[in-house]
Amino acid sequence: MRVLETGNHLIALVARAVGVEVVSAYPITPQTQIIEKIAEMISNGEMEAQYIPVESEHSACAALVSASLTGARAFSATSAHGLAYMHEMLHYAAGIRVPVVMANVNRAIGPGWNIWCDHQDSISQRDTGWLQVYISSHQEAVDTLIQAYRITENYDVMLPLMLNLDAFVLSHTYMSADVPEREEVERFLPKYKPLWKLDTKLPVTHGSVVYPSEFSETRQSMEEGQENARDVIREVSREFESVFGRWHGDLVETYRMEDAEYAIVAMGTIASEARVTVERLREHGCNAGLLRVRFFRPFPKDEIASCLSGTKAVVVFDRDFSYGMSGALFTEVRSSLYSKSDVPVFNVIVGLGGRDVTYEQIEQISLLGFSNELDEVTWGDSHLTESHMVTFELLGKFRELYGLK
Amino acid sequence: MDFKSIPEDELFLPGNVACQGCPSSLGLRIALKALGRNTVLLVVASCTSVLQGSYPFSAIDVPLINVAFATGGASASGVAAGIKVLKNRGEISKEPTVLVWAGDGGTYDIGIQSLSGAAEREENFIYLCYNNEMYSNTGTQRSGATPLGAWTTTTPAGKAQQRKDIAQIMIAHRIPYVATVSLAYPLDFYTKILKAKNKEGTRYIELLAPCPPGWKFPSSKLIQVSRMAVQSGMWLLYEHEDGETRFNAVTKRIIDGKVRKRPVKDYLEMQGRFSKVLSSEEGKEAEQRLEDEVSESIRRLKGWVPEYT
Repeated sequence: MRVLETGNHLIALVARAVGVEVVSAYPITPQTQIIEKIAEMISNGEMEAQYIPVESEHSACAALVSASLTGARAFSATSAHGLAYMHEMLHYAAGIRVPVVMANVNRAIGPGWNIWCDHQDSISQRDTGWLQVYISSHQEAVDTLIQAYRITENYDVMLPLMLNLDAFVLSHTYMSADVPEREEVERFLPKYKPLWKLDTKLPVTHGSVVYPSEFSETRQSMEEGQENARDVIREVSREFESVFGRWHGDLVETYRMEDAEYAIVAMGTIASEARVTVERLREHGCNAGLLRVRFFRPFPKDEIASCLSGTKAVVVFDRDFSYGMSGALFTEVRSSLYSKSDVPVFNVIVGLGGRDVTYEQIEQISLLGFSNELDEVTWGDSHLTESHMVTFELLGKFRELYGLK
Repeated sequence: MDFKSIPEDELFLPGNVACQGCPSSLGLRIALKALGRNTVLLVVASCTSVLQGSYPFSAIDVPLINVAFATGGASASGVAAGIKVLKNRGEISKEPTVLVWAGDGGTYDIGIQSLSGAAEREENFIYLCYNNEMYSNTGTQRSGATPLGAWTTTTPAGKAQQRKDIAQIMIAHRIPYVATVSLAYPLDFYTKILKAKNKEGTRYIELLAPCPPGWKFPSSKLIQVSRMAVQSGMWLLYEHEDGETRFNAVTKRIIDGKVRKRPVKDYLEMQGRFSKVLSSEEGKEAEQRLEDEVSESIRRLKGWVPEYT
């Protein structure tokens, strides 16, 4: 079914198509349209699911976990502060091994209240054990949510999956997309067969005390789930292509990397923008290519090493920052290349708090990187405005007033 | 109802690691007997998360999910929704009872938002708060349930504030059933769990859970301390349904004037946690304020609304 919809509404329509049975969510801009649409469809009888309108995101994730342990296919959606508020329960969901999916509409975290896009929210949840995928187009959002349950429900994975889509660029813009019907989806994603479910005749205890003698193994098994997910993601992406005829990459998506001498690495919609950059650079005789990191967890270290080792320079665009170091994507890329290649890698921080990132900017700054003219980490779109000047002036006045040096 | 009609089937098994005289383990044993095998238990982070035994063993013979500290109400909501799904799929015929088992820390303090949200949404579960009036699992710190004057490790000079009345907060949610219970009156406890089981919606039951090491009394005195709490009025037994509050057991007989209420002092003297307060000048005042609190609680339960000026 071809529809013209916002990214948020597409997510809601696909939640119905994949047969989600329990939805537990709390509203936050820019995620609200997802849960409003789901609530509306349930209310109209167009979607058969239990909707739990919880009183906080911490509770949203708690109910998501327990609904899944009971045996239901469960879904939630959140963003930014909501995701941060869930932090404890994100660990809980991964640690107790529930195959749930949550859409996270990537938004900046305040203060500096800001509802616009960057990746700081989900990157800050990097070490919770969730699989993380970053989306670059409306159609990919649709197709990835269908793939997501196949990946997370695989008995060799059994880790929750966070589907990240850029605020407003994807969440609120309308685009035409193909949303498969429930019956079509079922050929690819069968009805949920839980590994465990509530059974009073076979009582099971979940989440009990684990002593130091056994604890490390429970964490190692989570890592095995992440490692197993690599092949599962590759297989599911290929099978999806054979059934639906669409390919968005597996752990990564490459664009003109086959003969590339210079590479751009990015996630989410910046990567879509960077495709245009690659085209333009090629027109001017610069053999550039793009590597889009689709799954940030598990991180595609082998793909990075094999694709980028032979290049002459790599520029990594981060829409997040790990304070005291660099962008988070950059550290992972450079670590994946360590001892495999001496290619210089540069980090550019752009698009924080929803600042627009254009293909011209990507082009200009990438060219500096390709000519080895960038610092290791560059704040790519920094410029001081009049508002900043007002703040500096005020700071000066406070210092004077309180006699601070 | 008599003791003979309580089933012999044990769902809380021997081999658990509870302290001697643990009120939670005795309470859980009675509650699970009343609810039977078609029950799902959710244990909110507390002593009960530990005393059930550690991986890979469990002393609980019904499906059990150990949930995070602040999530009793929310986790129960997820299970209740999941049960509806299983029922729609035709995978279960008789819906199991969902029982949340939480301490006072998980109920009065960190979990109140989650419990309040679930009660307002009219989620279908029984919530039992075993109230030992302190954070026993972390080594006896003050909670919102700690009474005035009580020693805890974070109120070394005795608590300066009164406890909150969470059962009244739950009644204000207009839920179908709120009751208080005591281990010294097991038939009243058992009957109230059965009553709750046969109702739909959020049901709240609170058990006073005297903790021997935390309250500083010998573990053999669990029942005596529990009984004196009721006899002194420091723990009132009542139930609230259909907009009406009814006093039960000894509490009712005290209020009806058939039995004389014991002084609060008799209850305080049984426990080491009040010894500092009892021996000080301010302690006399605290003792009087606790007596006043008892009469005020009774007046409130009878429908009295305080006038604040």
